[in-house]
Amino acid sequence: MSVALRPAPGQVRSYRFPDTDEATLPNGLRVIVARMPRLPIVTVLALVDAGAVDDPEGREGLAALTARALAEGSGALDGAAIADRFEGWGTSFDASVDWDSTVARVTVTPSRLEAAFGLFAEVLRAPAFPAADVARKRDERLDDLTQLLAEPRGLADVRFTGTLFAGARYGRPIGGSARSVPGLDAEMLRAFHRAHYGPRTTTLFFVGDITLDAAVALAERAMGDWASDARASRRAASAAPQARETRRTRIITKADAPQSELRVGHVGIARGHPDYLAIVVMNAILGGLFSSRINLNLRERHAFTYGASSGFDARRAAGPFVVSTAVKSEVTDRAVQEILREIDALRAAPPSAAELSLATEYLAGVFPIRFETTAAVAGALAGATVHGLGADWFRTYRDRVQAVTDAEVHRVAREQLDPSRLLVLAVGDPTAIAAPLQALGHGDFAVLSATDDPSEQP
Amino acid sequence: MAEPTLHLPIATHTLANGLRVVLSEDHATPIVAVNLWYHVGSANEREGRTGFAHLFEHMLFQGSANVGANEHFELVQRAGGTLNGSTWLDRTNYFETVPAHQLELALWLEADRMGRLLPAMTQEKLDTQRDVVKNERRWSVDNQPYGTWWERLPALCFPPTHPFHHSLIGSMDDLSAASLDDVAEFFRTYYTPDNAVLSIVGDFEPAAALAMVERHFGAIPRGAGRPALPPMTLPPRFGEWRRAVVEDEVAAARTFLAFRIPACGTDAWYALAVLAAVLGTGEGARLPRALVREQRLASDAGAFTFDLTKGADLLICDVTARPGVPVATALEALVAQIDRLRAEGVTPAERDRALALLEASWLLQLQSAGQRADKLSQFATYYGDAARLNTELGRYRAVDAAALHAAARDWLGEDNRASLSYVPKPAAQEAA
Repeated sequence: MSVALRPAPGQVRSYRFPDTDEATLPNGLRVIVARMPRLPIVTVLALVDAGAVDDPEGREGLAALTARALAEGSGALDGAAIADRFEGWGTSFDASVDWDSTVARVTVTPSRLEAAFGLFAEVLRAPAFPAADVARKRDERLDDLTQLLAEPRGLADVRFTGTLFAGARYGRPIGGSARSVPGLDAEMLRAFHRAHYGPRTTTLFFVGDITLDAAVALAERAMGDWASDARASRRAASAAPQARETRRTRIITKADAPQSELRVGHVGIARGHPDYLAIVVMNAILGGLFSSRINLNLRERHAFTYGASSGFDARRAAGPFVVSTAVKSEVTDRAVQEILREIDALRAAPPSAAELSLATEYLAGVFPIRFETTAAVAGALAGATVHGLGADWFRTYRDRVQAVTDAEVHRVAREQLDPSRLLVLAVGDPTAIAAPLQALGHGDFAVLSATDDPSEQP
Repeated sequence: MAEPTLHLPIATHTLANGLRVVLSEDHATPIVAVNLWYHVGSANEREGRTGFAHLFEHMLFQGSANVGANEHFELVQRAGGTLNGSTWLDRTNYFETVPAHQLELALWLEADRMGRLLPAMTQEKLDTQRDVVKNERRWSVDNQPYGTWWERLPALCFPPTHPFHHSLIGSMDDLSAASLDDVAEFFRTYYTPDNAVLSIVGDFEPAAALAMVERHFGAIPRGAGRPALPPMTLPPRFGEWRRAVVEDEVAAARTFLAFRIPACGTDAWYALAVLAAVLGTGEGARLPRALVREQRLASDAGAFTFDLTKGADLLICDVTARPGVPVATALEALVAQIDRLRAEGVTPAERDRALALLEASWLLQLQSAGQRADKLSQFATYYGDAARLNTELGRYRAVDAAALHAAARDWLGEDNRASLSYVPKPAAQEAA
């Protein structure tokens, strides 16, 4: 029956990642524009070269709190008035911090751009950081942390990285810990802002229905006279751990949990690693895709879980490689065994041609779908800037990912997956999972309470 | 200031077997979104089989006559596409976005499972997906703070015989009881072309796309007709204040306050949707401003509608108290805001702020071909009119401050409230 036959693909249609134009103002502020004129929308993104790695020791969370408190007052406006202005334009001022950078964003229709950008620039340049509002934002961070640690997934993530990067900045949450956050105050935020926010540390991206000339004119009017001594800092190298990793198993107690939140991994790679794309392809085969080995094994073959995945979080310094899943308590040990088995298998032999092409075709093909929105394009351009990827990164990405070979995947699997260093961590009910997990004999074994914080120990 | 207006090209066709097809061309990016809505959700489940519509969503990825188990995912991803499905109280959707030259593959995959699912079904596949769904329940409901609110709040707000009363993801017992016969019966009853809408959005030629649709879906037979749902008519208001308190392993109290309101899409509903934005969307909305910023009782506060188009909908406010703040204090503060709103009404500036945020949120969503396709399927399914997407914003804009005050007075009174409160378990508090 002809209707049952699988159809052949049609004619491939060309795709081009949006072109960028660039200018630099006399005060050093870079302006990058990507035209996406299809809809009347413009995303403005300010990338500031200041991240969580720039937090002073003991003041973890300072960069994040600075970003969160930017819109709490500026000039004649208090925080409530600033929120009202932006929301009256149908948008909000959204600022957040990652390990390596601070990003502030606003998305508006072109008719509202001039007004919205004016306030955006003021908030970024001259935040007031009123003491009472900084204190409120600080308490909100502590409340969020309390909620995060009461949630099995959040607790597993925090304790996993805390154990992996104990004693180093990467081991403590971006937003800071219950130990560091209470000590932060408005004066520290002002000092951090003075040291890190300035025209030479900031790149402005305008993505959407706008030209370079229009963007430069806006930037000159609102930020052309911005002067500051702020300099980019490069503390990333000190954020990664110094200690050598070993095989370990940790249980974080959550009494009566019907499910174990599992994390298995070790320290991975920096974003600038020369094998980055081959590692992305390797990870797609291991646990990055729905049809990856780990997901098909744990979900479709054994029905241990609703889903399982793996990933390399690549930063300026080496971030974690981690397999994440949540499994029925009774099968926690078997799920760990299957994860270890899949890691061994990918190291033992190259992937099949079908597995390799699934990963490379997916990664290349999904590209235009990932970049449908102005916010996604702005975020991608900012990420490329943070990591110095160069202007042609997106243009050549699809060809380069399709050129990854099975031998390269095999090589990076052997180099980047290391069973002798794997940390196995489960948030679950020790009465159900401790004995079976200990019986696996995966290195040093310990059962901890939910409040034990390994990140403070070197 | 110029208001954003929508002029999306929207064309609709109906095949001889009843399948409704909605096409919207957009040649800006070489991608195409395919979206199928089946007009069936947990409301259509029979007693003792709660969670079945959602379990069935999983089964639809387990292969069909010409597609192996998990091959649907693999083929779409190999083509460079994204995909998934979701189940709600009164609908189920399946969707993929693929590079434009792979449109026919996506259509063929959807047609193979609509037309030829049952030959591929096995007990083993059902057993596996049943366990996967039980793990999904543990993950999203049982092992998640406040995770049971998805089933407790509808249970509090709709009477036991009402199709929206029971759990969407289902009980462990009901999931265990599901049989292969149930799969076959559910499929034959609901997964028919006359109970579906197929939307295609993106870079395609309409004539060629329609020919593909006819080629792959045209021969699938019409169904026997969808069985009527049990009566969904309810008194317009609860008639009392219903209260429930749950002890849970949570770090801070959270309270939900629900109001019964007219069904989504009715004229009266739009004022309530804007009212929800006045109360809960953005930092400047009433609840976050009062409870989080000014009174510092809450770490989070919002409001939203459930968007149910049958019988009655719900407007829900949710407030998470700061750790240590008693739930009664949070609920009192929330109720004080509601009562003030009923007494004093809404300023024109508040109404304008809410409208601006609603409009922007629409525009941003519609950047994505997949989201546009989903909205077209939604409007065709619920209102029989996909083209209403272009005019829908006008229904929100027509709401003025006076209508908002009237809606608050009419629907947010003491005789129409249901509160569901989560409080930390005493043991958990001591340990903390």
